[in-house]
Amino acid sequence: MASIITVSGLKKSYASGYQALKGIDLEIEEGEIFALLGPNGAGKTTMISIICGNVRPSGGSVTVAGHDIVRSYRGSRSAIGLVPQELHTDAFERVIDTVRFSRGLFGKPRDDAYIEKVLRDLSLWDKRNNKMLELSGGMKRRVMIAKALSHEPRVLFLDEPTAGVDVELRRDMWKLIGELRQTGVTIILTTHYIEEAEEMADRVGVINKGELILVEEKTALMKKLGKKSLTVTLAQPLTQIPPELGEWDLALKSDGSEIEYVFDTRAERTGVSSLLRRLGDLGIGYKDLNTQQSSLEDIFVSLVHQEKAA
Amino acid sequence: MSGFNYRAIWSIYKFELHRFSRTLLTGLLVPVITTSLYFVVFGGAIGSRMTQIDGIDYAAFIVPGLIMMSMFTESIFNASFGIYMPKFAGTIYELLSAPVSATETVIAYVGAAATKSLSVGTIIFVTAHLFVDVHVEHPVAMAAFMVLIAVSFCLFGFILGIWAQSFEQLQVIPMLLIMPMTFLGGAFYSVHMLAEPWRTITLFNPIVYLVSGFRWTFFGRGDVGIEFSLLFIAAMLAVCLTAIGWVFRTGYRLKK
Ligand SMILES: Nc1ncnc2c1ncn2[C@@H]1O[C@H](COP(=O)(O)OP(=O)(O)OP(=O)(O)O)[C@@H](O)[C@H]1O
Ligand SMILES: [Mg+2]
Repeated sequence: MASIITVSGLKKSYASGYQALKGIDLEIEEGEIFALLGPNGAGKTTMISIICGNVRPSGGSVTVAGHDIVRSYRGSRSAIGLVPQELHTDAFERVIDTVRFSRGLFGKPRDDAYIEKVLRDLSLWDKRNNKMLELSGGMKRRVMIAKALSHEPRVLFLDEPTAGVDVELRRDMWKLIGELRQTGVTIILTTHYIEEAEEMADRVGVINKGELILVEEKTALMKKLGKKSLTVTLAQPLTQIPPELGEWDLALKSDGSEIEYVFDTRAERTGVSSLLRRLGDLGIGYKDLNTQQSSLEDIFVSLVHQEKAA
Repeated sequence: MSGFNYRAIWSIYKFELHRFSRTLLTGLLVPVITTSLYFVVFGGAIGSRMTQIDGIDYAAFIVPGLIMMSMFTESIFNASFGIYMPKFAGTIYELLSAPVSATETVIAYVGAAATKSLSVGTIIFVTAHLFVDVHVEHPVAMAAFMVLIAVSFCLFGFILGIWAQSFEQLQVIPMLLIMPMTFLGGAFYSVHMLAEPWRTITLFNPIVYLVSGFRWTFFGRGDVGIEFSLLFIAAMLAVCLTAIGWVFRTGYRLKK
């Protein structure tokens, strides 16, 4: 597939001297959903801001739909819709006016039918005559998406679309992104949630301290990342793992008062229920169960270490 | 897409006028009331003793100065707020990520602010007629002068709005620089009425040239020659345009 965005050697040093991007190379393919993962301060917003025109690059180059973002900015920006991380809206404007405004800003002729479709798709049509200050946070975020879509962009950037959004709205957002993808729009989103990338993305990039440390097909990555650990707090401490539990990969923790089991969430059978059954059969009592997903931070740390080792 | 993005200009222009329209009533009433007050105080109370300056009725004499004064403050205020607010609220992201050039941005914001400032100037001109008979000798020059003043002060306000990083900074220049300069700029008196050394010192105040030039369009004479006034406006326009060009080239306080 052809790439719609090409980032090469992109660098950014802020006025403070802080180097937020240390030479990013990345190709985004037309029509894909690309998730950019990374801890706070990794440089995700910086990269998006440069591509969209809000921050000036210090080095390297970017082309969008064949247009250089500096020399041919009209071409590149026309292709992009941006939903920034923070909610910035004109409090006193009506929803429909602010969406029409965006379309005009991008040089497109007025098209009421299209704007109506966008607003309906985002369940905003009933709110079209409300002022922005009358909307809830989640609705405002959707208006920002409507603004970004108002000029029919080929690429949509969503910088943390689900930050501070409740579970239901997050599901809606995922559905919406899936639908947008059906229309052929390329989507680049950032998130801190692995499951979000998992749910939606075709490919995942991980950025840490201004470096892109990994870009991979989601399925491949999830195999690496999809580990969870189950901690069983025992009623009576054990001195060793009984041989009857040999088929599970167990470790004894906290002086024998806990058993830890690491399993793959994506496996057909995680082995959790059978383990618990076996424990019962063996008469090993337990007080508490706790499962934990290694946090994104942990994963980044391990990824960075892998990088260094490699 | 290529070529001039006139739709963006129109969108921003409409957006700004819509913003003004939210305060339409005060926006129109304030100039009417201030003008009336000036006429009561200066035209009535003081004018009754002064009667004439340079052979012009005092009440009529202050009309050009009044219009200029309001237009200075309106232009700076509206243009600086127009660009400061999106910066402050963060909505500037959209402008920066849109296919809009620096020229288009300036035309839109400055055009809208100048429109507002010209309407205020016109309102004052009309209100003045309620109090005094003003005859305008060079109406076309007068209109052109108003447009030039509106545009150059809006450009200045636009730069101020980009430069300002707080509401205080936004206010400080108009309050501490423009207001005193306007008061000392011969809006209410003729420079010839001052004694030396003030008369010479006053000539370093750029506002003198603007007020004087505008007064020339009314009465055919001013404190200084009209050519100096025109020269001064041209210089001001050139400086502002250069500054704006530099702002956009370097992204100064707009892009990190
Ligand atoms: N205007 C600025 N001036 C100086 N440093 C900045 C500026 N903006 C961002 N930074 C720094 O650049 C780094 C990257 O910031 P960025 O916003 O790109 O991170 P991010 O990956 O989007 O983080 P988050 O997940 O918290 O949104 C951070 O260390 C941040 O402090
Ligand atoms: Mg961010």
